[in-house]
Amino acid sequence: MSRLVRRWEFILVVLLVAVFIIMSRLSPWFLDVRNLFDATLHFTEKAIIALCMTMIVITGNVDLSVASNMAMSAAVMGVAFRSGMSIGAAAGLCLLVGTLGGLFNGIVITRFKLPAMVVTLASFSLFRGIAYVLLGNQAVTGYPYQFSDLGQGYFAGTIIPNQLVFFAVLAVIFGFILHKTTFGRYIYAIGNNEDACRYSGVPVDRIKLILFTVSGLISSFAAVLLTSRILSTRPNIAQGFELEVITAVVLGGVSISGGSGTMIGVVLSLFLIGFTRFGMSLLNVPAQVMTVLIGCLLIFAILLPKLLDKFAQKSSRSA
Amino acid sequence: MGNYILELHNLTKRFPGVTALDQVQFQLKPGEIHALVGENGAGKSTLIKIITGVYQPDQGQILLNGEPVSFAGPINAQQAGIAAIYQDPTTFVELSIAENVFMGHPILHPKSKRINWQAMHNTTKKLLQELELDIDPDTPMKFLNVAERQLIEIAKALSLHSKILIMDEPTSALTIQETKRLFDIINRLRASGVAIVFISHRLDEVFELADRVTVLRDGKYIGTHNINEVTVDKVIQMMVGRPMHEMYPKTTIEPGPELFRVENLTRHGDFFNISFSLRRGEILGIAGLVGAGRTELAEAIFGITRFNQGTIWLDQKELKVRSPHDALSAGIAYLPEDRQRCGLVLPMNIASNVTLSILETFKYRLLNKPQECLIAQQFVDKLDIRTSGIMQLVRNLSGGNQQKVVLAKWMATKPRVLILDEPTKGIDVQAKTAVYGLINNLAAEGLGIILISSELPEVICMSDRILVMHEGEIAAEFERGQVTQEQILQAAIGRRQLEADVS
Repeated sequence: MSRLVRRWEFILVVLLVAVFIIMSRLSPWFLDVRNLFDATLHFTEKAIIALCMTMIVITGNVDLSVASNMAMSAAVMGVAFRSGMSIGAAAGLCLLVGTLGGLFNGIVITRFKLPAMVVTLASFSLFRGIAYVLLGNQAVTGYPYQFSDLGQGYFAGTIIPNQLVFFAVLAVIFGFILHKTTFGRYIYAIGNNEDACRYSGVPVDRIKLILFTVSGLISSFAAVLLTSRILSTRPNIAQGFELEVITAVVLGGVSISGGSGTMIGVVLSLFLIGFTRFGMSLLNVPAQVMTVLIGCLLIFAILLPKLLDKFAQKSSRSA
Repeated sequence: MGNYILELHNLTKRFPGVTALDQVQFQLKPGEIHALVGENGAGKSTLIKIITGVYQPDQGQILLNGEPVSFAGPINAQQAGIAAIYQDPTTFVELSIAENVFMGHPILHPKSKRINWQAMHNTTKKLLQELELDIDPDTPMKFLNVAERQLIEIAKALSLHSKILIMDEPTSALTIQETKRLFDIINRLRASGVAIVFISHRLDEVFELADRVTVLRDGKYIGTHNINEVTVDKVIQMMVGRPMHEMYPKTTIEPGPELFRVENLTRHGDFFNISFSLRRGEILGIAGLVGAGRTELAEAIFGITRFNQGTIWLDQKELKVRSPHDALSAGIAYLPEDRQRCGLVLPMNIASNVTLSILETFKYRLLNKPQECLIAQQFVDKLDIRTSGIMQLVRNLSGGNQQKVVLAKWMATKPRVLILDEPTKGIDVQAKTAVYGLINNLAAEGLGIILISSELPEVICMSDRILVMHEGEIAAEFERGQVTQEQILQAAIGRRQLEADVS
């Protein structure tokens, strides 16, 4: 089998095309450009977080606190806005709080040599808890109408949502950093052998600290977009986002033990999951069933290369 | 012919690209200790894996008590009474000694088929007494040191009533006393009729212990001799296939002015008051036993770990080294002992590995593929790395070529001081000679080289000066050409020079 076919990205493209063909047959509204663009609004916030998560997972770590960080920074923004701060300043504060949350994770992980899984599991609780403490069970509403343009509006009079533009720009930046810079090379090297990196003078701790801090910043940016989209803040927003993000990263071909994966793979997998959900919602598939199907899709995609391998072995043996 | 317990006839085993064993013979008598020696890559491990059923031979015959056998897997070999003990025993550290001893073959209550803990406890206790090990069988394995774990492996072999015991480098991680105790036990096992295959790099041990010795070289059978019919030199020559002086092509360089110096370097518990200096073009050997503090010292100089007291000087200027990054930018490079864990990123290609240490010098911190390939290709040519190309994954290279890639990575940083920790560990003879040649060239270019090695001939033949460490201190210093293996060993085990001379 040729190299191209063996690449994970190729499998994702095939699956994406398959989803388009099947869905357009099942629903007459699926292949509508405006519909498809609007559908991206349902996953761009997660997609933006997935970009940084991709880098973190490639280093062999994971950040479970992203969704809780969203809730915490959104809650701070809500409280600040409610107490009279301008929406711009409140959003700035939101980004600051998210960044500090990520920095906190990074410092604990690198200074005390603790596994990221454990540290971010703790801050997963901690950040969400802070959101509840700040807001109780209320919601902050009454955000100005203009603010909604950020998360709901369209780019310069086109039908492309602003959120998708943010995602596209960030995806190009993150992809460039991962694949074209020495920083990106360090990320792969750390994921493959952290010890050898330390012995080679690679500033492993600094890189991890940067990644977790950026993860916090990106999470709070997603929180601003989410708040702008739904124009309200509750402490239970974005619940379960972290697992959806990690699912997309893994489906995108990033090894959960680190060391391999590409940005383009993750982008493809984000669209694959996003459009599969969109298609199913057009068909009135209940949310619970959708979750089941996404799980099946993940297992199928992970099994596919193994099945192809077996098939290839069999055919080469019989040949 | 009937007096052999195990016979291997014309055994051949091929792997893709290499014939690991080529028509090899081996015979084992009951109640003998049969040493199996050869350089790394000679085929010892492959032979052992065939005897223990891990590999199946491509050609040849295995006779057990005169009957042809073939083992489909390790479990079959174990049932046939063959047990193997490795240098680093793989044990279940959270489980007790008794559980480890009876792992895979528990004693059951005859009726209920439940595990008979009492019987296992008692039998283990008896086995431990036989081995003069005074430990409770319920102790978790993690509280035992390497030597004790090896004895537990022996206990396991005894519990299986093994008739053939294979010991692969059992002494490499043991202290002198532990080695002595192990030898006592091996001798007693021999007396009780167990046949023992003993693999060791240390020929002095082979001559102390073995009845016969079989030499392999490059996968071929070279010969078998009664131990009292051969000399160490003869065995070395059989192993290497050529006289010693050709192996260590030391070129004499007149060392220049002082380049590097450490003063009173101390880290509590690891090394104490270490002072030495190094001149340009000088190769300074550091000998000593495992655990003497050599690696700890090197890692502290390189900034992997910290030290409590003392100073490091390069070019008469004091250096503050807080990380390997600091050390590298000052011009100190360290080739670690564990090539696979600390030296290389195995799943990445040669180019990425070679440039890993110098990426930060790339313009705008961008990956410059042509520049990267150019650098890598230069080193592949210069170091004669045998590869299909610089995009080949390091994982797929032989040990010797892997080590050359690590060397290339350090040479790329243009160091002034190069610390080499066991640079020829686990690589074949040709690659060794090549590495020695590279070390000589680097010294000729004016680098100061610190050569940490447990292979005495290597330290003696390659170094201009030799320090011997013992329990974290420098026990002796020798000049080139004025020292024997004996003297170094005496210093390494802590005997003073004078005493050694007197006795």
